[in-house]
Amino acid sequence: MQLLVDQVAKSFGSGRKRKLVLDGISFGVNTGQFVALVGSSGSGKSTIMRLVAGLEQPSAGRISVDGTTVRGPGSDRGMVFQKYSLYPWLTAAQNVAFGMELQRLERRQIRERTSYFLEVVGLADAARRLPRELSGGMQQRVAIARALAAQPRVLLLDEPFGALDLQIRESMQEFMHSLWQRTGLTALLITHDLEEALLLAGEVHILAPNPGRIVRTVAVDLDRSDLRHLRVSAPFLELREDLAACLRALDPGLTATE
Amino acid sequence: MLGVSGVLIVLLVWTLISSAQLVDPLFLPSPAAVLAAGREQASEGLLWADLVASVARVLGGFGLSAIVALPLGIAMGTSTVINRLLEPLMGLIRYMPAPAFIPLLIIYFGLGELPKILLIFIGTLFFNTLMIMDAVKFVPRELVETALTLGGRTSQVLVRVITPCIAPQVIDAYRINMAAAWNLVIVAELVAANEGLGKRISLAQRFLRTDEIFLGLIVIGLIGLVIDLGFRLVMRRACAWAN
Repeated sequence: MQLLVDQVAKSFGSGRKRKLVLDGISFGVNTGQFVALVGSSGSGKSTIMRLVAGLEQPSAGRISVDGTTVRGPGSDRGMVFQKYSLYPWLTAAQNVAFGMELQRLERRQIRERTSYFLEVVGLADAARRLPRELSGGMQQRVAIARALAAQPRVLLLDEPFGALDLQIRESMQEFMHSLWQRTGLTALLITHDLEEALLLAGEVHILAPNPGRIVRTVAVDLDRSDLRHLRVSAPFLELREDLAACLRALDPGLTATE
Repeated sequence: MLGVSGVLIVLLVWTLISSAQLVDPLFLPSPAAVLAAGREQASEGLLWADLVASVARVLGGFGLSAIVALPLGIAMGTSTVINRLLEPLMGLIRYMPAPAFIPLLIIYFGLGELPKILLIFIGTLFFNTLMIMDAVKFVPRELVETALTLGGRTSQVLVRVITPCIAPQVIDAYRINMAAAWNLVIVAELVAANEGLGKRISLAQRFLRTDEIFLGLIVIGLIGLVIDLGFRLVMRRACAWAN
């Protein structure tokens, strides 16, 4: 599988109010790869994700999956939103089964895959609970299980842990990394959190704002056997500081080192 | 408990005033007189016949309105074209008081059941539709888009995402607009009917039977209360997730 974003531009509005939010965006994601896009607000990173998902159409350029141009949303590109995306009237298990039901899979297969993916995200015990009875972290794990169960070729993660508390976010990052290792999934992550991108992705693109464009691409080749250790290791912190300085330079208003 | 005691207090004050003969019984019949009127009408079979007639009209007119409003409201909430086409029209018709249509309905359809049912239909359709449309507009975008990225088609989004998502608001809209349906059935029966709770009240007025008027009002109120509770029960059963 190859997801290709080629010279994509996007503008909103028309006439004098027309605003260019993305310009000349190009990158690719291959099978098994974990790629991250990092940028501050205003860098149009969520717009990139919506374009890849097919929820918006690019103003110029082309997005393709295995050579086929993306013209709308489809189950080959599963999306995990930042929040509010579980169906509140369905239990955790019913949420996971939802995509497979839309695709009209066999009942038995749906049941088996539902319990398998709930197991994968460690929520087998929560199968019958409603989303409101789950913590924020558990809800996002259900959302990830639901996206995976629909068998996407690439998983689109739009700030998936952005709404979570710091501690839970860290454990979710570790969960995401082990999930990637175990299942060999292909993922595109959008985040404003540099640390998160460096922990999870093999390739990180840095976005500059107004209009959003890729200004730097780094291959991250670090020892990920122990994420907790990695977070405080010298090479990791060095790389993070280097990229953080780059982000700061792009946006004078940005003072945090995220 | 507080609600029940409120009703009891009113009953008590009513009993005290009428037993102390503070007001002419012609204007304020005693609770006992109202009860007697109820027994009399019940034994003659009038109460039951009136009740069935009025309830059937309400169910017919409001049921029709509910059935039409659901797809119409969803269509207006999801499609900008349909919305732009119908919203100004609905905004206009909504402000025409439904009872003002009665003369026209009588000219068109005579004095039978149809004009009464249509009056309730007209009087509740626009409110039902606009409230459902609003509920659709507040469906979180993420829920729709998630279904699309899971491979869902538009029809599946309508049936499996939007409809269950707005169910609590739809039930609530029906519950609120049901009160308007009751208003209208009484109005229609005051104008022209052979039986019905509203008809009974207007007949009672002709013979100065205030006890029967009181009876009619209380029965109408009680039925409304039962319907309201019914909707709340359905809501609690079907939409437990929304509470």
